[in-house]
Amino acid sequence: MFVLVEMTDTVRIPPWQFERKLNDAIAEELNKKLANKVVYSVGLCICLYDITKLEDSYIFPGDGASHTKVHFRYVVFHPFLDEILVGKIKACSQEGVHVSLGFFDDIVIPPESLQQPTKFDEAEQVWVWEYETDEGAHDLYMDIGEEIRFRIVDETFVDTSPTGPSSADASTSTSEEVQKESPYRLTGSISEPGLGLLSWWTNS
Amino acid sequence: MEVTDANAAMLSNFEVFQLLTDLKEQRKGTKNKNSTGQQNLNTIMYETLKYLSKTPCKLQSPEILREFLTAMMDHKLTRAEKLQLLNHRPRTAVEIQLIVEESEERLTEQQIDELIQTITVCLPGDPEEEQATEMQQEQADVEAEDEED
Repeated sequence: MFVLVEMTDTVRIPPWQFERKLNDAIAEELNKKLANKVVYSVGLCICLYDITKLEDSYIFPGDGASHTKVHFRYVVFHPFLDEILVGKIKACSQEGVHVSLGFFDDIVIPPESLQQPTKFDEAEQVWVWEYETDEGAHDLYMDIGEEIRFRIVDETFVDTSPTGPSSADASTSTSEEVQKESPYRLTGSISEPGLGLLSWWTNS
Repeated sequence: MEVTDANAAMLSNFEVFQLLTDLKEQRKGTKNKNSTGQQNLNTIMYETLKYLSKTPCKLQSPEILREFLTAMMDHKLTRAEKLQLLNHRPRTAVEIQLIVEESEERLTEQQIDELIQTITVCLPGDPEEEQATEMQQEQADVEAEDEED
């Protein structure tokens, strides 16, 4: 689920923090910059693991702060393909089942990857697995808040860095729709035995 | 900012849990941990700790990890599979088949049972759940005895 990513960056320490130990000041700046943020094609950054190398610090003319090039390792959430994860159902919609891990919310299980046959109950707005045995059909509801085990089948990174100023016509028409695309999205699947709500598979 | 290696190492849930708990202890003394700049770190730490404390990694330790990995050496599993076994602590054959790829070809039923046994012995489980399953087992035994009479 978590990987260690080696990165390099130049960290700016303002003069009023010169009394602090350099390592601590740099660790705080790196966490301030990266924690809880998605880096394109890397994953969701959690926290600093360690600083591997500090190069010399420089002070440039016009700016009293010191600039230090730092080599460090960061803990990043980046599940690999086909990994099994356990999360909570956050919502159900026509798009599928939305699952959340608490610290990461953008996981969707599309309708074609649900256990077959599943139908969407419009009245209760939940997906229902119609499980058939010899004794008859059981309706297994996928309620909100239930723990669910799923497999990662796909990941999508979207570059959300700001684009340049758009033309006047485009800005007036799209002023109401603020595009909020999640930078990192996971697609899951529960179409295998053992996957789905934990309560479906516990031995009773 | 430059990413030199996007996949330098895989971390188990336990290692991340330990790192975050240590970081939390370290930050308890500092004064500006609630400033606007630190909010992101606080949020992600809180949420990740909350998620991890509900997984089996909460009860693990470095010795347990070492013991588990030595025990797993004879089973010929890939690193990713051993990592998932460590993070999930499966107790049924179905869960093992999900984690281990092509398990029908690589593991016999007996090997799967051995795997479940090693996991249950090496990795500590949730004490409340163990008690519940023990009580269920005892009840099932009592009912079976009653039926015999």
